[in-house]
Amino acid sequence: MSTTSLTDRLGSLLMAPVHLLMRIIDIPLRAVQKAAGIGGMAAVFLAPNMLIFGIFVLLPLVINFVYSMTGGTAFFLSERNFVGAEQYQRLFTCTNYLDPMSCQEDAFWAAVGNTFWFVILQVALMIGLSLITALILNRDLAARSFWRAVFFFPVLLSPVVVGLIWKWILQRQGLLNFGLYQFGIEPYTWLTDRNWTFIATIGVSIWAHMGLYTLILLAGLQAIPKDLYEAAEMDGTKPARVFRRITLPLLAPNLLVVVVLALIKAVQIFDEVYVLTGGGPGTSTLYLTQYIYETGFASTLRNPGLAAAASILMGLVLVVLTLIQLGIGQRGEKKGKR
Amino acid sequence: MGVASRFILRRRGGKSWHWTDIVTWVWLVGGLIIMFGPAVWLAFSSFKTPAALAEFPPSILPYVTSQATVQGYDKPLQLFEAKMPDGSTKVLAEVRRIGLVAQMVDPTTPGEIVRVNINDRTPVRSVSFATENYTTPFTQFDFLRYLWNSVFVTVTATLITLIVNSMAAFALSKYEFRGRSLAMLIILATLMVPLSVIMVPLYSIISSLGLFNNLWGVILPTVATPTGVFILRQYMLTIPDELIDAARMDKASEWQIYWRIVLPLTAPALAVLAIFSVVWRWNDFLWPLIVLSRRELYTLQVGLSIYSGELNVQWHFILAMTVVTMIPVVLVFIFLQRFITTGIAGTGLK
Repeated sequence: MSTTSLTDRLGSLLMAPVHLLMRIIDIPLRAVQKAAGIGGMAAVFLAPNMLIFGIFVLLPLVINFVYSMTGGTAFFLSERNFVGAEQYQRLFTCTNYLDPMSCQEDAFWAAVGNTFWFVILQVALMIGLSLITALILNRDLAARSFWRAVFFFPVLLSPVVVGLIWKWILQRQGLLNFGLYQFGIEPYTWLTDRNWTFIATIGVSIWAHMGLYTLILLAGLQAIPKDLYEAAEMDGTKPARVFRRITLPLLAPNLLVVVVLALIKAVQIFDEVYVLTGGGPGTSTLYLTQYIYETGFASTLRNPGLAAAASILMGLVLVVLTLIQLGIGQRGEKKGKR
Repeated sequence: MGVASRFILRRRGGKSWHWTDIVTWVWLVGGLIIMFGPAVWLAFSSFKTPAALAEFPPSILPYVTSQATVQGYDKPLQLFEAKMPDGSTKVLAEVRRIGLVAQMVDPTTPGEIVRVNINDRTPVRSVSFATENYTTPFTQFDFLRYLWNSVFVTVTATLITLIVNSMAAFALSKYEFRGRSLAMLIILATLMVPLSVIMVPLYSIISSLGLFNNLWGVILPTVATPTGVFILRQYMLTIPDELIDAARMDKASEWQIYWRIVLPLTAPALAVLAIFSVVWRWNDFLWPLIVLSRRELYTLQVGLSIYSGELNVQWHFILAMTVVTMIPVVLVFIFLQRFITTGIAGTGLK
């Protein structure tokens, strides 16, 4: 006995025009199939994706190199003059190579320096915290999925929302100052002090992203066979030794992938910081993506060629990191097969 | 109760508390406060009036000082709880203040003026949600426009993503053809090309296509995501080829096979991709910021950031709009949390 429910009927009613559309599309495609054969249809299915892909990913990738060798403020390539490696030279012109601030593009080097320290500190701290959280969530906990959700929640928030939440909390009358006030500490302007803003961007980005890495590490921990731990317990092995000899080695491939993923993401930090501090005060939280964005698009001192050159340098770093990640992934796969 | 609490507070050492149990609970409760606290605080704050927002120390709930209309006075008067000379307290409305003395009237008997020292009176406050923080942006600003733009971009981009990516995944999983591995390689390779690297040339391509200041300029570059092709292809590889062969025997066209057989069977993977796509597109910021420069085209994210960057920050509106921006993602999170987290843990991709 089958009784179609109301939602089913509503669904089929809504889908009716879609099915009709698919039938209409089918008519010319049948003709194509007759001409090109079944194998030829693969090209038809691949075409839309490849077209969009080609125009909006591959083509820009190629043009980027051309851009980086042209000068001027115009955006259309035909209106830009060829300058060779001048943009790269400009990025690397320094009176004293030990002092990045003596370079012609001191903002670029400030951004490079900030990004470097940001990436190192943020990834190290975040992976540390994620690992601890994953280990704790891997225990025999009640309501584990609830706790997992707690740490994962900020991952889905938009960077703009994340930036605004923390701008609100770190401001002078914000929650942080209120908390400190309870302990008799005077309110402080966290977002106008150079050192504190830098630390704030690290903290906020950890808050926003650590749930993702916790989750991946947790999946890795749960894939470790339980009998290994049981055997260790039977032998009376100390927990610290179990962690060093069982957990860490078996988690290592996941850990490496997570670190590289986090590095790739951290190099591109922009949205949250842009909303939270706008790159300031001064250049204390100016990171590479914002430098490229401002150099390329800020109407007053726009230089798309320079921005393209900087983005290619950033792209090189990302390529290296991605190759490392792919290498680790493949090695992990081989290990798994064996 | 005993069983429940024993279950919830399971301990490592059985009866006694092991130090790792303490660390676990401190970590979890701390995590709960740090991870949820800020968003909850924001949500509470979004209901405060500008005056309440400027208060320090801040209160958790939104309070307003009560007012009353008293006969004989055109404006509503502020209510105070005043300590009377005989020690009793009375709720009075303040007419005016002269130096240290406030002239007050009893709202029930507005005729006689009572003089009270200002230190002997405290404002009457009550919890009140300033819902106008939410309603005003809808009516006065372009907020509804931003919301509509965001919805349009998210829905359209997700639909196109699902169609285009599933077609490509179908081709890459169910057909043998020359250049298949090359196509796979190109798609995989572009996993490492983030927007920040190609935004300058991409901008020029978008403008030469006439898509600058056009919502399609936001949508199109995002729809051919390698992640999508990858997830769907992995899933389609598990669909048996015999099914497709059988359909071919029945004279089904390739398009029909894709539409009638493969797509319905791929539904779980499509659902995962749809959720991700919705979250990604809803949250997009940098690219819309570049492509859209006309106010009426802003998405919520761009509108919010521009608005909050202006000199005269009206926090009460910003907070309310931020909460509205959060709502779809929070809903997705509440209803699909289990689904999402297993999806991510399984694929390792976000």
